[in-house]
Amino acid sequence: MKTTITVNGQARALDLDPRTTLLDALREHLRLTGSKKGCDHGQCGACTVLVNGVRINSCLSLAVMHDGDKVTTIEGVGTVDKLAPIQTAFLAEDAFQCGYCTPGQICSALGMLAEVADNWPSQETADLTGRIKLTDDELRERMSGNICRCSAYPQIVAAIRSVAGEVA
Amino acid sequence: MRPFTYERAADAASAVKSAAGTPNAKFIAGGTNLLDLMKLEIEHPAHLIDVGRLPLADIEETPEGGLRIGAMATNSHVAADARVRARYPVLTQAIVSGGSGQLRNKATTGGNLLQRTRCAYFYDTTKPCNKRAPGSGCGALEGLNRNSAIFGASHACIATHPSDMAVALTALGATVETLSPSGRARAFPILELHRLPGETPDVETHLIPGELITAVVVPPPPTGGQVYRKVRDRASYAGGLVSVAVAGGNLALGAVAHKPWRATDAEAALKAGASPAEAIGRELEAASENGRNGFKIDLISRLVPAAIAEAREQGRGA
Repeated sequence: MKTTITVNGQARALDLDPRTTLLDALREHLRLTGSKKGCDHGQCGACTVLVNGVRINSCLSLAVMHDGDKVTTIEGVGTVDKLAPIQTAFLAEDAFQCGYCTPGQICSALGMLAEVADNWPSQETADLTGRIKLTDDELRERMSGNICRCSAYPQIVAAIRSVAGEVA
Repeated sequence: MRPFTYERAADAASAVKSAAGTPNAKFIAGGTNLLDLMKLEIEHPAHLIDVGRLPLADIEETPEGGLRIGAMATNSHVAADARVRARYPVLTQAIVSGGSGQLRNKATTGGNLLQRTRCAYFYDTTKPCNKRAPGSGCGALEGLNRNSAIFGASHACIATHPSDMAVALTALGATVETLSPSGRARAFPILELHRLPGETPDVETHLIPGELITAVVVPPPPTGGQVYRKVRDRASYAGGLVSVAVAGGNLALGAVAHKPWRATDAEAALKAGASPAEAIGRELEAASENGRNGFKIDLISRLVPAAIAEAREQGRGA
């Protein structure tokens, strides 16, 4: 099936078996292997990418459902020569060990911070009609869809917090 | 995943026609539950009709003072809507207690209602399950049934409905709007959407083949406080062991039955002047256990009075 997806600012024309997940299209067809396949069932968050600015599990979506969409993967967040602030923060805070979950953590964090900027509530939000304050409890709750098998959670919280000031 | 054909629906009318006219067709919107089940080959549709981009994602005021929530509105958008937060906080609380941020960004209102049970025997294709393979038996009856139903179960199935959102909508007395392949639109109470398992747990709703949920309508908010409380094994991103939605004098329970469970006996007792503890005790007279899920009865008997007390406190403050 013909599908065109704009990935990291570039329109990419694909011809796909409808069964191809967005994750497999990115990794196997476009060779963007930054997005990781952990559980392949939406439980670990390693495949998290931004679609039209919103974070989703790319393993639980068919690529053909994203014809015309704009997808940002970790390769579009920053490059080795030009790291994004959140990538620098993950390095500075030592927010990973093996690194497998990191691309998903970073994409998820970017999506999460945008949600906070838009004042979306979470289950930690006591006052649903007020302005969200990104406490550590809020931050942890909002990142609960990303699992870190090395358990770098305290450093992940610190890294996200260090860039959160600019948006939250 | 087994092969299937895919089409993107141009409009709701052509979507329902295609669904009714194609063998083994299914709608897909967010796909977070369906694709998971397709990967496990528990679901194997021959044709997918993508309804995710139909213009059914708006949330609008009704003339009665309620809200019509389009079936394609994502869980995140509904939970974040200022009107929902101000007037139906129980709905926001229920939605944000389910899944993860990523899932709620994808999952839709209609799809959330139609998600399937998380019963371990339904997911394990090496085990019997009357819901997945009718006639094969129920592995949960005498198996790992810690999270099984305590209300309305049958000897064929003791699975529970996993939605949090639907529990809040049930307490709010929501109405489901649909479009059928003949072009007929209809509306019915959310309590009439899901079925109890009976002898056919594979048939989960009263929708006819090809019928599409187009919206959910919540009536004006009830008088009194609103609270959603959920108990689970982890603090976040876990299905409920039990949950309760309180909306004024209305009570609905989650993770205890094959459908969101409106606690009508408890509501009637409360109305007649019973204490919250007495009232939920009345409801629990109909509860049954299967060996490992009996703790849900104790949990409900404590959780519900606490939630009612919290809602009443809120109601007094308002």
